[in-house]
Order: sequence, then C-alpha cells, then structure tokens
Amino acid sequence: MFLIPCPHCGPRAMNEFSYGGDATVTRPAAPGEASDGEWIEYLYLRDNPKGGHEELWQHIHGCRRWLRVSRDAVSHDVLGCVEATEAPS
Amino acid sequence: MSFRLPTGGKIDRQRPLSFSFDGKTYRGFHGDTLASALLANGVRLVGRSFKYHRPRGIFSAGSEEPSALVTLGKGARAEPNIRATQIELHDGLVAHSQNNWPSLRWDLAQALGWLGRFLPAGFYYKTFMWPANLWPRYESIIRHMAGMGESPTVPDPDVYEKCHAHCDLLVIGAGPAGRAAAEEAARKGQNVWLADEGGSEETVADGITMLRRTTVFGKYDDHLYGLVQRREGEKPRQVLWLLRAQSVVLASGAIERPLVFANNDRPGIMLAGAAVGYLRDYAVQAGRRAVIVTNNDSAYDAAAILAAGGIEVAAIIDHRHMVERRDGMDCEILYNHAVIDTSGGRALTGVTIAPLDVNGDAVPQSERRIDCDLLCVSGGFTPSVHLYSQAGGKLIFREDLQSLVPNSAIPGMTVTGAANGEFIPGAGAPIALSGSRAKQFIDLQNDVTAADVELAAREGYRSVEHVKRYTTLGMGTDQGKTSNVNGIAVLAGALGKPPAEVGVTTYRPPYTPVTIGALAGRDSGMFLAPTRRTPMQDWHEDNGAVFTPAGLWQRPHYYPRAGETPVEAVNREVLAMRQGVGIVDVSTLGRIDLHGPDVTEFLNRVYINGFKTLALGMCRYGVMLRDDGRVFDDGTVARMGDEHFIMTTTTANAGPVMAHLEYYLQIVWPELRVHLASITDQWAVAAVAGPQSRDLLDNLDSNMEFANQAIPFMAWRDGRIGGIPAQVFRISFSGELAYEVAVPADHGHAMWEMLLAAGEELGVMPYGTEALTTLRTEKGHFVMGPEADGRATADDLGLGGMLSSKKDFIGRRSLDLPALTPNDRLNLVGLEPRDGASAIPPGAIILGSAEANPGMEKAGHVATAVYSANLEKPIALAMVSNGRQRMGETLWAHSPLDNRIVAVTVTEPVFIDPKGERLRA
Repeated sequence: MFLIPCPHCGPRAMNEFSYGGDATVTRPAAPGEASDGEWIEYLYLRDNPKGGHEELWQHIHGCRRWLRVSRDAVSHDVLGCVEATEAPS
Repeated sequence: MSFRLPTGGKIDRQRPLSFSFDGKTYRGFHGDTLASALLANGVRLVGRSFKYHRPRGIFSAGSEEPSALVTLGKGARAEPNIRATQIELHDGLVAHSQNNWPSLRWDLAQALGWLGRFLPAGFYYKTFMWPANLWPRYESIIRHMAGMGESPTVPDPDVYEKCHAHCDLLVIGAGPAGRAAAEEAARKGQNVWLADEGGSEETVADGITMLRRTTVFGKYDDHLYGLVQRREGEKPRQVLWLLRAQSVVLASGAIERPLVFANNDRPGIMLAGAAVGYLRDYAVQAGRRAVIVTNNDSAYDAAAILAAGGIEVAAIIDHRHMVERRDGMDCEILYNHAVIDTSGGRALTGVTIAPLDVNGDAVPQSERRIDCDLLCVSGGFTPSVHLYSQAGGKLIFREDLQSLVPNSAIPGMTVTGAANGEFIPGAGAPIALSGSRAKQFIDLQNDVTAADVELAAREGYRSVEHVKRYTTLGMGTDQGKTSNVNGIAVLAGALGKPPAEVGVTTYRPPYTPVTIGALAGRDSGMFLAPTRRTPMQDWHEDNGAVFTPAGLWQRPHYYPRAGETPVEAVNREVLAMRQGVGIVDVSTLGRIDLHGPDVTEFLNRVYINGFKTLALGMCRYGVMLRDDGRVFDDGTVARMGDEHFIMTTTTANAGPVMAHLEYYLQIVWPELRVHLASITDQWAVAAVAGPQSRDLLDNLDSNMEFANQAIPFMAWRDGRIGGIPAQVFRISFSGELAYEVAVPADHGHAMWEMLLAAGEELGVMPYGTEALTTLRTEKGHFVMGPEADGRATADDLGLGGMLSSKKDFIGRRSLDLPALTPNDRLNLVGLEPRDGASAIPPGAIILGSAEANPGMEKAGHVATAVYSANLEKPIALAMVSNGRQRMGETLWAHSPLDNRIVAVTVTEPVFIDPKGERLRA
C-alpha cells in the first residue's frame, strides 16, 4: 500500500488511484496515417522493465486527474508524480 | 498436585480464575497464560504433533511456541491453532487440544505407529503418487490424520475493528532496549508508539502510546506497518492497526534455540529461558527435577534461578569442553557431553547422555541415564529479525553467535538490543547430532526431522529455499522461529558447507498468524461494500421485489406475486408490458453531463456514428469502441443546449466510461474544451414502455404533450409532472412505444407513485431486469457482457452500418487490422430450438454436429437464452462464426455442465417487429 504524491491532493494511499498502464506510450497523433506496426505497438506492445517505470494512475477517488507516476517496480518506491501530460519530474 | 510456589510471580493471587481444558476444570490466577496455568496444574501433555501424532507439551513461553497449539473457545467462537503461551487466562476460558482421535491421551494414529514410515520428507511428492487414481483416497486419509485445529463452520459472532494511524516513531518490543529508545524519542517531543506482545501493565512515559498484547506482524510499502491487538473478553475482540510510522526501532529481542537430539520433543522438554520465565513471572515450577543441556553460558544463570526456585537441578550438560568453572553451582556439570536420547511417554522421565569424541560425535559405550521430568535446552539465541528482513534488510551469519544478524542499515529502521545480536551470550558449539535412528526434530510444528533435511540434501536439493519447500521446514504457523537456524546448520552439515554459505529463506508477513476476522474488521456482510440505492428502492422493497446485484446496485430482478414461480412472474411482466404498459426503474444507468464549445467534436471522436448533426431537443443512440476496435459501451446522448449534452451509459460501465472520457480529454486531446460531470445520482429515471405508455402519460397531471407531433421518436422535452420538473425522452430499449421520465432524485419516489397511479386503470405492470432481458432478447439488442464481451466488434454485433466513414473515432484505426476483418468472425444471431420447445442452455458451446469430438471446430456460443412468453417458445442470442451467412442452418448447442444437447436453428437476431414500427407508433 504505497503512497502516491498527487500534485493536487497531496500524498494519498494507492487504493485511491486506478492504474492506467505505461505512461511512455503515446497515441499516434493521426491514427489513419499510422502503419499497422505502429498502431499495434501503441495498442499492445509494452516493456516490463525491472526497476524504474513511468506509469499512468488516475486519482479516481480524489481529483480524478490522470497522473504520471515514476515508480520503481522492484522496491515500489515512488520517485515522482506529475500531471499526465507533463514531463517526468 | 500443584506446581505453583506459595509466593512470587507477577500473578494476582487475589483473583483466582476457573478455566477448562479438554473438558476438565482447572484453577489459575489473573495474570496467568493458559500455558502457565496448565503447568501449574501439572498438565504436561497438551497436543498431538502434526504428522506423527506424537505427544507434545509446552516448549516456550512466547509467540515462538511451535507445539502447544490449542483451539480457543467453542462453537462459532472457536479459534484453532492458538499458542497457549500467548493466551491470557480469563474466568471461564475454554480450550481444547488438537489433532487427536479419539482423545489426547489415547490417540489411535500414534498407537498404530505406521505414520512415520509413510511420511518422509516430500512424501506428498512421491509416496502417494501411484497409482494416480487412488490419490483422492490417500489425500482424504492424510488430510484427516495430519493436520492442525479445525475452523468453525458458522460465522464468527465477535466484533473486530480496523484503525488507521500515523506516528513519528514506532518502537517494536518493550524490553529494556525498546523502552529506552521510546522514552528518548518522547522526550524530544516525537509522537511515539510502543508495541509489545506481552500484557505487562507497567506504565510508560508521557508522549508514548502503548499498545499491549500487540504483535507487529508485517512491514509494508511506504512505512506501513500491520499490528494486531488482542483484547480477549472485550469488544472489539481484536483491533487491526494500519500504522504509518516515519521511523521504526526494532527491539524485538531474540528467541532461544533448541538443540537437536533423538526424541527431543517429549512433553517436559522446554527452552531454558521459558522454564526461567514460568518460575519468575508465574511462580510455576515447570518440573521437579531438571537437567539442563546447553552450548552457551546463559544456561548457567538459568540453572541458578531454577535452583533458587526450588527445582532440583540434577545436571548441566554442556557441549563445550573449555568453559570456566562456575562457582556456586552445586549440581553436576558434564562438559563435552550431549543428550543423545530421552525417555518417557506422555511426559519426560529421563535423559540419556554421552561424552563427545573429537569429531563431536557421541561415544555410545559411555552413555548414562539421568532421571528428570524437565529438560531445559539452550542452543543459543536467534535475533528476531523478521520485520527487518521483510523490509529488505540483509542478514549475515555470525560464527560466534551461530546465528543470523542484521548486516546493513535500511532507511527508516534501526535494529537494537538482542534483535541486533547485542548482549547475546556466545553459543560456542554448533549442533551435535546423536547419530541415532530415533527422530531428531528440527521443526516441532511440522514434524520435520534432521533425517528429513539430510534426505533432501541426498536427493539433490541444494538451495535452502527448495529444502524448505520439500521438507516443509519452517512452513508452519510459527514460521520456523525456533527451527530455521537449526535447519540451516543441519543442511550445512549435510552439504559440507559452512552455514554462512547455505543462506536463509525469505521472511514474509505475517510474523504470527492473523485471524481473518481482524483483517476484515467490520468490512463483512452488508458492510463489505456500499449498496447503491435508487430513489425508488424503498418502493421495490415494500412491493416484494427479488433483487439482483448490478455493480454496487441492487436492482429489482422480478416482482413475484403470492403463489407464483419466478418464471411465471417474469412471463406475466413481459406479456403485460408488450400488450399494455409497464414501468421499470432505470436510474442505475450512468448519466454524464457534458458542457463546452467542443462537445460535438468530442462526441464525434468518441462514438462510431456522427453527432455533429444532433439537433437541440433530440437524442441519438451511440456506440463507442476502445482503441483496439472492440465495442466498449453504448447508450444515448441528448442535446440539452448549444454546448450542453447528457450521455447515458450502461449501468456496469458508468465508472469505466467516465475514466475513458477523462483519459482522452486530459491526455490525448487536452485542447478540446469539454467539462464532464457524473450526474447518475442526481436523477431518478423510470422507463414507461408498451403500446399504452402514451395513455399513461396523458393521464398525468402535467403541462406536456406526448403525441408524435409533440415528441417524436428520439426526441426529448422538458416540463412539469405533478409540479415536479421533469425531462421526458422518447427512447426505447424494449422495442415498444416508450418514454423515459427523469426527475431530480429527491422526487423519484413521488414520480414513480404518480406513474403507477396514472397507469392503474391501464393495469400498469412494474417489471424487473429479468423481464428486461427477455424483452431486449426478443428485439435482438445486445448488451455489454454476454454479447459485447470485450472481443466483439461493431460489425460482429450487426452495427457495421453505423460506422461513419466521414470521420475518425476511437478504435477506427483498428478496424482494418487483419485480425478484425476475416469473415469467420463471430456474428450476433438468433437461435430457436428446432423442436420449438427445448430450452436453449445459456453459455452452451455451439457445434456443427450432435456429436462432440476432440479437436473439432467450435461454431460459437450461446450468449443469452430466455423463454419468450410473447412467442411462446425459447429463444436465444448467440455469437456464431460467420453467423449472418448461416440463416436457417441447424447447429447443436452443447452444455456439458448438465449433459444437454439441443438442436437449434440460426435466425435473424430480431424476433419481434423487425421493422421497428411499434416504437414509432
């Protein structure tokens, strides 16, 4: 039960949030122009790194903002949390 | 015969207590534990062992107890596998021994004596594996014979509580080191919590929150600690604390280790420190005549204390041969000797000792017997580092202590005192094994012997983690507190490696077992999750509705009348609605309010069909996909103003749809100016459906017109009904002429009653979700779940024509992907039984033949199956491979669960009014 330092609400327990996957995946700006390979990469292909991971969490029981959380997937240390569209802190 | 001294101890002799063990009544005092009170009454035998049903007694005086596990309480309150050493005595306490039949004293399994031969290490991996078809019988016998206490089968009537708290410092263990740390921090003004497993009433300094009878059982992420506080006889019975502690001082002390020798498990064999503790704290003599066997100095202090307490110390057996002569000990001291066997049945009667040769092996020819009823063992001390290790701390094996101690600092935790290996007297010699064929136990709780560990090593196990799993060493409820280090030592000997290279198994929470009641707290039964109630819920309850869960909602399933079966009730509701008028509570559908200049553009990107042309006062049905092209949700959108829309979602998907919309607005298209608000709870909505629904609305006291010209199909209007502001939407799920009436939630019940009153002369019929399912199946409407199961595309569900080619939308790019285009995809179709009468099994697998053969191609599956009272036959919706091209084909619905095979004919999914004339009536 680690804490996520929500930039709007302060440090809150993770069960106030909903996990939203890899934050480094970006949706092709013009899907119609993306190749099948690019589109499938966006839809399905994810790395499973040991250690640092940039990930999306939505504060569903708080401000409802989608947030970008930098987390160590081994130690569960949360190293930073910003708005989803901001660069990692 | 009492073993209690006339004076001394920390018990309150003014408060005698009565308790029962295995049905027999005994006396004790306030301040006793069940273990001390049993010892005071001369009770030695308290249980039978896990595998071999050997007699076992009280081995320790604390939470490390491996043997004296009892079932506390009876009936619904019975709690199995509780350590007698931690049960504080109270008047009327009832406890029972475990794992014996027919009785503790006369145990049949032990009498037969056959278990040992069949249960070596890893027995469940090999002995009973052949022949395989007999394994279920073996298993049932083993389960009966080998085991622990039994769980009660009825709900626990006690109350448990869960509390959350924060502190600057949590000190674990209120011994000298812990108290010093707590008091120092409190003096500095820190918010200090001090937790201790004991019940000592000793006062603490100001600024310290003291939790007695409390075990810190786990260390979790971000400084979260799990504590369980026992409050036997009080309400709540236990409290689970979830404590965020900025820092922790671990002063959990050390646990004395046993020694490994033949028959080292008889009642009367006890840790030396425990015998001292029973004398000092409870004025109880654990025996009359003691032998002490040791490999370290602490046992000499123990011997002096026991002798001063009137216990005759017959001898000290010391594994070491170079020890300074102790003055003032008037018992025999035998250096370089070991205990090689013990005797006795239900209680210890004596020990056999022998000198050790240069290799540390016993010299059997020189053995000698000493009579005693108490054997105190002391094999050194094991620091209690469980929480340090749970936090990721690394341990190092210290030769001088023959033990594992903390090796590295970890942020936020300081280990101090005996837990850090400080103040522990040296344990000179490692474990000496007697070489006997008799059982030398390492793990008393799981009946794991030295021979089991050696067997595992001979069979090729090298990793301590694998040996643990293969032998079950340290896997009991005591988590191997007294056995892990000895296990490592024996394994090291068998592998010919130093113990430091054997390593240590992973420590995981909990430190001691935590009852499920404490973990659940009050979150059980109706408090497990909140129940969402619509404004009309009281009416549904008052009118006999049978409810069915839909997410957190409880929706009326059907409204049975006296003497009706469920099927009869549903058929009545379905027929009444199609022939007259019915009403159904649809307040549970998700409602999302959208405001802003870019809402039409946003809706255009969210739905597969166009929304730019949606006019004020009109509604439109829409389907949304996920980006992978699968159908995600459907519902209607009404245009309330130039920049104002209301979207409905399915009941179960209201939350996910909201998160989905927020994702695209916040991350993908932040430039779109749209505000979202969930307004599900702000509105009460009733659907009025059936050919007479307009007649019903016309009967209302309202300022609205309900004719086609005033409110055509897919229009909405607002007005007042009985003085209540209302929005009426001309939309239909049932395929009949229908209206949805929405009013502010507070007026929902009143609106519902007004609709019933206005429909009384028409015979208005309230209907539930089961009728709703039948009605929509008759119309071939898919729902999220059975048909749109997360795999289906819009085209699969027959909605290909809705896909706009003029715009991009979420999921559109995926529609061209190879996997979504082949013509053998599952299509939504209808099914009828070929005989016109057989019910179609829901969930059945559809095959192309009545025969089911391995490896044959599956044609699809039945999604929703109902009996249509209107058509007077069973019908179903199904997903069938290339189904739209298979109209009229005969297939077979196979249901292996109830051994049914039903021949079905593939039909169009819409069974009633395929042209949709009724809803425009």
